[in-house]
Amino acid sequence: MEPDDVRSSGGFPATRHSAIERIRDPDPDTRREAFGDLVAGYWKPVYKHLRLTWRLDVEDARDLTQGFFADAFQKAWLEKYEPGKARFRTFVRVCADRFVMNMRQSSSRLKRGGGVQTLPLDFDGAEREVASRSLTPASSRPPDPDEFFHQEFVRALFDQTVNDLRAEYAERGRKIPFTLFERYDLAPVEGVSYAELAREFGLTPAQVTNNLAQVRRRFRERALDALRGLCGSDQEFRREARDLFGLEIE
Amino acid sequence: MSSRVSAPSNGLSDAAVTRLRALGRWPEFESGRYSVVEEIGRGGMGTVFLATDDELGREVAIKIPNALASASLERRLRREARVLARLEHPGIVPIHDAGRLADGRLFYVMKRVRGETLGDHLRHVPDLTERLRIFERICEPVAFAHARGFVHRDLKPDNVMVGAFGEVMVMDWGVAKTVDSLQSSVASHSLQSQSPFDDAQGDPELVEGSTVPVDSLRLQSSSSVGSLRPAETEVGTVIGTAGFMAPEQARGEAAEVDERADVYGLGAILFLLLTGRIPDADPRAALRLIKVPRPLAAICARALEVEPSKRYQTATALADEVARYRDNRKVHAHRETALERAIRFGRTYRTAILLVLAYIVMRAAVAFLAGW
Repeated sequence: MEPDDVRSSGGFPATRHSAIERIRDPDPDTRREAFGDLVAGYWKPVYKHLRLTWRLDVEDARDLTQGFFADAFQKAWLEKYEPGKARFRTFVRVCADRFVMNMRQSSSRLKRGGGVQTLPLDFDGAEREVASRSLTPASSRPPDPDEFFHQEFVRALFDQTVNDLRAEYAERGRKIPFTLFERYDLAPVEGVSYAELAREFGLTPAQVTNNLAQVRRRFRERALDALRGLCGSDQEFRREARDLFGLEIE
Repeated sequence: MSSRVSAPSNGLSDAAVTRLRALGRWPEFESGRYSVVEEIGRGGMGTVFLATDDELGREVAIKIPNALASASLERRLRREARVLARLEHPGIVPIHDAGRLADGRLFYVMKRVRGETLGDHLRHVPDLTERLRIFERICEPVAFAHARGFVHRDLKPDNVMVGAFGEVMVMDWGVAKTVDSLQSSVASHSLQSQSPFDDAQGDPELVEGSTVPVDSLRLQSSSSVGSLRPAETEVGTVIGTAGFMAPEQARGEAAEVDERADVYGLGAILFLLLTGRIPDADPRAALRLIKVPRPLAAICARALEVEPSKRYQTATALADEVARYRDNRKVHAHRETALERAIRFGRTYRTAILLVLAYIVMRAAVAFLAGW
C-alpha cells in the first residue's frame, strides 16, 4: 500500500493474519514467512530477557536465543499455543524460560554453530541497547519479567516499524517527511519545535504539521499491522492495540 | 527457516517509545487549524483534548472517538455533535466545528469548559441553599433539551461541570435520544440531514429514537461521592450509569424511556446533594436516616419513584418544587402537619411576626407602667 492510499481503508489496513494462523498454515512458504516475522518481532525481547532476567552472559544469551528459535522452528512447539490461556508474548517468554531451564538441566550448552542454523540477528545492536540504558545484568534488582518483556517487545515492534517506514519513504523518494518524523518524534529528548523544523527545512509550520500527520498515521498503521501478525488471536490483537495506543479496534 | 534481518540500530529511547505510543490517541488535523495541547479527559466513548484554534486564537476542547474505524462510536459521536448543535443554551456546551481527522476518525470542537465536576464541587459547598441553587441550574438545560425533543439519559455528577461563579454546564450528550412525544419532528429532521459529517447509512438510532441494548448492568449500592467512577457508562453495554439510571432504562425498556428518565437522574443528583450518597434501593430510608428536611426528602423521593407516572412529569416541575422549598413556600410533594405549617408560616413572616410581637410587648409595657 502506498503511504497516501491509507484513507481508503478507513485508516487501518487489516492485511495480516495472526501469527498462530500463519504458522499453522499448510503452505510451507507461509509458515516460513510467519516464523520469520515472529523471530523479527520477538528475538530482541527474548535476548534481553535472557541477559537481564536470567543474567546470562553475552555469549550464552546469544547461543540460547539462536537455539531457542531454531528449536521452536524444528519442533514446531509455537504452534501449540492456546489463545485462551495467555497472551502470545507471555507464551513466548514462558517457552524461553523453559528452554533455558532444560538446557541448564541437561548441561548441554549450545555452542555457536553446533548444529544450529544461525539466524542473521544483530546481537551487537541489541547489546548496545542493553548498555545504553544501563540495563546491565549487574543491576541490583532484576526487572519484573513480564513487564520487562512487554516493554522490550513494544520497543522491538516500534524499532522494526520505524525501519520499515524509513525504507518505504526512501523508496518513494520522500525523505523529508520521514526526516521530520525522525527529528520530532524519534529524538531521544524533546526540544525541537514545529516552527524550528519549518525554518530548517524551508517549509511552513502547516506543512510540517501535515507531513508529520501523514508519517505518524502511516507509522500507526504499520505498527498495528505488525502487531496483528505477532498476536495469537484477533481478540488478543484488540487487547494489545488498546494497551499500546489506547485505541479500540473493531 | 528465514528471518527478516533487523537493521543495525541502537534502538528507540524510552522517550521515543512513549511518544510513539501517544500517537495512537493524539489527533492529527489535516487543516493545521488546531494545535493539540494535552489530553484533558478520557471516557468509554471518546477522549477530549485541550487545543488551540490558531485561526481564532482561542482555547477549545476537541472530542475524538477512542476507536479506529468503529461504526458504533462514530454514530454516537456524530449524534452528540448534532444534539449539541441543536441545543443552544447557556447550560449546554456550544459546539464550534466538526470534521474528520487525518486517520478518518470524526471529531468535533467545542467550547473549553473551565471548572470542576459536580462531585468535586460539592466537597467545598456545604451550604444547603447554595446546593439547591446549583440543582435548579442543572434542571434548566435539561428542561430546555426536553422541550427540544431530547432526553439526556446519562445525568450524573461527572456529567455536570460547575464553574468558578457557580455557572452550570450539562455535558456528555453522546447517548441522548429523541423522544416522539416531544418535538421529535424538529429533532429528527435536523439529525437526518446529510453532510460530509455523515456516513452512507445515516443514523437509524437517532431517527427512530431507539437505544443500544442493555446487555449487562453493574449496580452498586449506596456509596459516597468518591466511589462514583467505577460505574461509568461502558460502550455497547450500558446506556446510563447505575445508581443514576431510571429503572425502566436499567431494564432496557427503550420505548419507555422519556424525559421522566431524566427526572429520575435529576432526582438521583438531588439525593447526592442532600446525602452525599448515590441512591440505593430504598432512598426514603436513607433520607430519613440522614435527617433531610421532610419536604425536601419528599421532593427527592418523588423524583426517584420507580413508576415514571408517579414522578414529576417534567424537569421544570421538579425545579419549581425545589425553588418552592428554598423560598419557604408549600411543597406539593409533602403533606404538612399543623406544626410544620406553623413553622413555615413563622419563617415566611418572621419579620412581621417579630414586629407585631415587639408592638404587643411595648403596649403591654406602657399599660403596665401607666397603671403602676
